[in-house]
Amino acid sequence: MSVDVKMAWRNIWRNPRRTILTICAIAFASLLLVFMLSFQFGSYETMINTSVKIHTGHLQVQADEYQDKKSIRLVVPNPEKIANLLDKIPKVEAYTFRGQAFSLISSKERTYGAVVKGIDPEREATVSRLKALIRQGDFLSKDDTDQALVGKLLARNLRVNIGDELTVVGQGRDGSIAATVVKVKGIYSSGIDEFDRASIHIPLETFQEVYTMRGVVHEVVVIADSLGDIDTIKRTIKANLLSLNLKKALTVLDWNELMPGLRQSIEMDLVSGVIFYFLLVLVVAFSILNTFLMAIFERTREFGVLMAIGTTPGRLTKVLLIESMTMTLVGIVAGIVIGSLVTVYFQSHGIDISGASELLSQFGITGRMYPKLSLLSAVSGPLAVLIITFFAAIYPALKVRRMRPVEAMRAV
Amino acid sequence: MKIVECINVNKTYQQGQIKVHALRDISLVIEKGEFAAVAGPSGSGKTTLLNLVGGLDASDSGSIVVDGNAFDQMSQSQLANLRLHKIGFVFQAYNLIPVLSAAENVEFVMLLQGVTARERQQRAKAILDDVGLAGKYDRRPAELSGGQQQRVAVARAIVSSPSIVLADEPTANLDSKTGEGLLEMMQKMNEEKRVTFIFSTHDKMVMDYARRLIFLRDGRLVDDQVK
Repeated sequence: MSVDVKMAWRNIWRNPRRTILTICAIAFASLLLVFMLSFQFGSYETMINTSVKIHTGHLQVQADEYQDKKSIRLVVPNPEKIANLLDKIPKVEAYTFRGQAFSLISSKERTYGAVVKGIDPEREATVSRLKALIRQGDFLSKDDTDQALVGKLLARNLRVNIGDELTVVGQGRDGSIAATVVKVKGIYSSGIDEFDRASIHIPLETFQEVYTMRGVVHEVVVIADSLGDIDTIKRTIKANLLSLNLKKALTVLDWNELMPGLRQSIEMDLVSGVIFYFLLVLVVAFSILNTFLMAIFERTREFGVLMAIGTTPGRLTKVLLIESMTMTLVGIVAGIVIGSLVTVYFQSHGIDISGASELLSQFGITGRMYPKLSLLSAVSGPLAVLIITFFAAIYPALKVRRMRPVEAMRAV
Repeated sequence: MKIVECINVNKTYQQGQIKVHALRDISLVIEKGEFAAVAGPSGSGKTTLLNLVGGLDASDSGSIVVDGNAFDQMSQSQLANLRLHKIGFVFQAYNLIPVLSAAENVEFVMLLQGVTARERQQRAKAILDDVGLAGKYDRRPAELSGGQQQRVAVARAIVSSPSIVLADEPTANLDSKTGEGLLEMMQKMNEEKRVTFIFSTHDKMVMDYARRLIFLRDGRLVDDQVK
């Protein structure tokens, strides 16, 4: 071991209590950062996966401009061709077709406006959580025709229950009046007010017939194996759409584009998190700065002697930086290890958020939340601690360079 | 052979609103192998003169040359290098590095000079034996008496054979018996190894041992006696 390292190590343990407290502060900050970042990333993934499995899917193939205009006339003309294409992409977990149109829904007593969605019952069950959200009655089956699933809030507003009839009146794709009567087969509750208050689901074939769709759909909804596969699948679909020689232009949108509100919520949460983490790291940096300024004040006389016997200021700076970085690294490694262990525990057991806020339930998150440990969440926070504490340690280390031996040796 | 030459050296300090003349027109020559003491009452400028000769502080005017090196033409790093190779220091308060053992304190100067580990250890042990600290190599300063610490400080000062050793009141914190033992040891080294010693002191015992006495009063050189 070089004398510089030996001196630094022994200096660190001159005041064990102060050293341990400083290392604990660094370790605690690192632990907190690892856990909090993992928790945030885990919650984002849960929010995205939950939302896509209620609303949009990871990806959708739509007619150009359908996302903005939601016009019933903007359709995907040959859904079976898209299906053939998706069947050949390995990372696609499932897909389904949907049609949707805004209509008036009337019960015996009341009328409300709502989105009528045409779904393929079998395929929908593989893509969305709708089946699991049924609280009363049953999910649609393959042979159902004039049956409907109604959101819990809409059912309450319309004052209908299982078996009651609803009259649906809207406009067909060809401009004609689209009207039908359906029976309530199931009532679902997602916790997302907008979804539960303003949508009903009917079989896709019924939808196509009522709204004069003639075999076309509005959305091809795709679920990927994982979030990381979305970009690849999107690129593959886009590249292959051209080869289908379709008459009308189609577009491929991912969840980011389909649910800009979710992305903005995540971004806002991340920004507020980063501000909190920055303040946390800053507090630790001041703690380190304080420790090292104290060390310099206590050892000023010693530094004077070291310079008097020929030690260069550069060497003193080096010893001080070894001291600070050793303490920081010990703290960071301890923080990463303990933080990762805590995260892994909660990653498998989850954190109970049954009393979660209304905001979380709007993203369909209820019950338990699972942090997700990744290289990014385990390393990025502690790395920020390392960088900021390095800069905090540089100031006192450089202060030594400005000392004059005779003045330093006069220090008490 | 001149080892130290001071010509018209002046040094002032600012103490609040008051300007204190610590040294006024000091001119003196120390030859190689001398065993000299700079004596005088407190505030006479003894420590200031040693600090200037050791390159730890800069004079306001005049010139100082040590072993052929003129300080007024040297940078801080050159002065540090000169101190490392040519000048040894013994301080009143010992000033050992508390986290290093006796042997490591002695080795430290050699380490800075780039001496190999094996040679460092051999020379450190040999010099500690010479100053009467055989077997106490691994003791840290806090585990040694004041006299023993000062012996380590002397060993550190002379281990790399400097041209000159500057000792600032080396016996001030020691009892008379321990102080005398230390002086005998330094005198022996002066005689055997021709190391030049300059002390600052107002201790009569040190003055008795010195072969040359330089008296300062109010920053002026008032007497210079060779016994």
